[in-house]
Amino acid sequence: MSSSVSTISDLIGREYKEGFVTEVETDTFPPGLDEDVIRALSTKKNEPEFMLDWRLSAFQRWQEMAEPSWAHVSYQPIDFQAISYYSAPRSVGDGPQSLDEVDPKILETYNKLGIPLQEQKFLAGVAVDAVFDSVSVATTFKSKLAEAGVIFCPFSEAVQEHPELVRRYLGAVVPAGDNFYAALNAAVFSDGSFVYIPKGVRCPMELSTYFRINALNTGQFERTLIVAEEDSYVSYLEGCTAPMRDENQLHAAVVELVAMKGAQIKYSTVQNWYPGDEDGRGGIYNFVTKRGACRGDDAKISWTQVETGSAITWKYPSVLLEGDRSVGEFYSVALTNNCQQADTGTKMVHIGKNTSSTIISKGISAGRGQNAYRGQVKILKDAENARNYSQCDSLLMGDRCGAHTFPYVEVKNPTATVEHEATTSKIGEDQLFYCRQRGLSEEDAVSMIVNGFCKEVFKELPMEFAVEAQALLGVSLEGAVG
Amino acid sequence: MLSVTNLDVAVNGDMILNELNLQVQAGEVHAIMGPNGSGKSTLANVLAGHPGYEVTAGSVIYEGQDLLQMDPEERARQGVFLAFQYPVEIPGVSNVYMLKAAVNQIRKHRGENELDAVKFLKLVREKMKLVDMKEEFLHRSVNEGFSGGEKKRNEIFQMAMLEPKLAILDETDSGLDIDALKVVAQGVNELRDASRSIVMVTHYQRLLDYIVPDYVHVLAGGRVLKSGGKELALELEEHGYGWIEDQTAELLETRA
Repeated sequence: MSSSVSTISDLIGREYKEGFVTEVETDTFPPGLDEDVIRALSTKKNEPEFMLDWRLSAFQRWQEMAEPSWAHVSYQPIDFQAISYYSAPRSVGDGPQSLDEVDPKILETYNKLGIPLQEQKFLAGVAVDAVFDSVSVATTFKSKLAEAGVIFCPFSEAVQEHPELVRRYLGAVVPAGDNFYAALNAAVFSDGSFVYIPKGVRCPMELSTYFRINALNTGQFERTLIVAEEDSYVSYLEGCTAPMRDENQLHAAVVELVAMKGAQIKYSTVQNWYPGDEDGRGGIYNFVTKRGACRGDDAKISWTQVETGSAITWKYPSVLLEGDRSVGEFYSVALTNNCQQADTGTKMVHIGKNTSSTIISKGISAGRGQNAYRGQVKILKDAENARNYSQCDSLLMGDRCGAHTFPYVEVKNPTATVEHEATTSKIGEDQLFYCRQRGLSEEDAVSMIVNGFCKEVFKELPMEFAVEAQALLGVSLEGAVG
Repeated sequence: MLSVTNLDVAVNGDMILNELNLQVQAGEVHAIMGPNGSGKSTLANVLAGHPGYEVTAGSVIYEGQDLLQMDPEERARQGVFLAFQYPVEIPGVSNVYMLKAAVNQIRKHRGENELDAVKFLKLVREKMKLVDMKEEFLHRSVNEGFSGGEKKRNEIFQMAMLEPKLAILDETDSGLDIDALKVVAQGVNELRDASRSIVMVTHYQRLLDYIVPDYVHVLAGGRVLKSGGKELALELEEHGYGWIEDQTAELLETRA
């Protein structure tokens, strides 16, 4: 009905609250990418030779690869030579030894984002690693974690301090030449987080990384590696923001998870990169490879993501279910408003016996947003009694947006049980009217309906994040229906 | 309380209500009856402010104010309540969550403090008894998987919680078996009050055996053809809607 369309466009058009720029002196490479840049980067980070070799081989592979074009997204070709592949706040050139050495402006940035790094002020129970442009600027609660034997540090530090672990696991789940963006990341990644949970240890607090892209014309290529030894447990949260810029910025991250026998990794993301303006100018290209491997029996990996930002999102957090009875989960809320595009989903590869996986995907499209779920469930020959349950729900707001579902199922073992359910609904005028007739404002009604739609995913998020995610959805949809 | 004057309403260009008039005083219960397509539900929805209906002429004054100028939520906050013919499902939103948001919006509007969880639950338990609702209902998603009777009971429960000044019941009896009808009717009767007006839209006389109206209006072709006391409903039951239409046709012929 025409009245609802005009009101939908009324509700769209809020300001991106995290769009400010921090003025800090930076040490930034000139744009361009060749072997020399990679060598310079590796030298700057004082890396051992195996790292440089790994980067160079990835770069060679990358040069032979073509950008993937199968996703349901469209954008102008990216000029990879116009991007700077390294940018660091100058004051942390050698890495801060404590928070006192971090540029106060950066601390202020994180405070503005609601991420206080000062340990004494910080919410008890969450350790934070903050990555500003290309480098990690602060990791909190390090000593408390060390007592438990947990390693949680910037990736570049892990390369220095724990080269044997890095060498063993780097690329173990996402090989250097896995795909175009993963190869690019392997060649040029500058930092990220490294987590190691020893055998039998339940990580005493939530671990969290906040990523921030600040500098102009830089890409952010971070890499996260989490290794959970036998019977250990860790919950890890990731948050992302960026300033408002008219240019598109590339973010090509890689996350690798390794869960040994009986280990559990819970990985949660609230992604709020700058989505571009309402006409689709600017915004982050979020091209990310995330994959976990259940290496041992009874291991469990659970991905939960709330994707509200970025101009384009291309990511498929996946699980390789290698161990018998291992479990993979994927819970996702992806919201596209204005001109945002998302092509996201998961891949569950059942290799071991009695493995099970659950996929719950909630796509919300508003404005001219395009939202695609792309999921693959693969049951290999030896995966006796594998089970998968997939549920993909799409919610449309207005009549200019789109929702698409691309499920792929490949079953090579006849004992498998695979279920797929998909629904598409519109926020009905009737639902809105019902709520308004009970005295709720239109915005409250939309927010309530959308949050109800996402409830199965939100309940998987750790408490602090669930609240943040709900608030974020509300803000991202402000103006989306009226 | 409510004064509807020469109201014309169109949906997608089709005229549904045609110079409709209705006066409701505080404390009165009015039954609006009529055959399918006579415009009964349209009237209910227009009073509540459904955006799908276009008022092309006439006025609706509610407590001295122009009701048609108000947004639906504004009307609700000022005490207009619609018990829906087809209550809408809202997956993932619990009944109690939505109700608390609604109660507090209305309280805020009246300048009262928001109820805390303890006081709110106390009120809920008290009102649930009116319609014999079980506590598990509170935590289920709004109307999701409810039977027809449960949905209607839930509407009356919401009405009890929100304490409206003008309650419009849109075919609250449809789809109910006799036991459920009695429960719902009893709930409504308990809510009858000297300061609360009720407008009941119904197709059948049956409801009026349990909720006895002060006035009955018969609608056909988008206008009130006949008004009277509760005995009008009985005549209607006896002769059918055709009787009114015939009478009206005769009347029009005589005039011509």
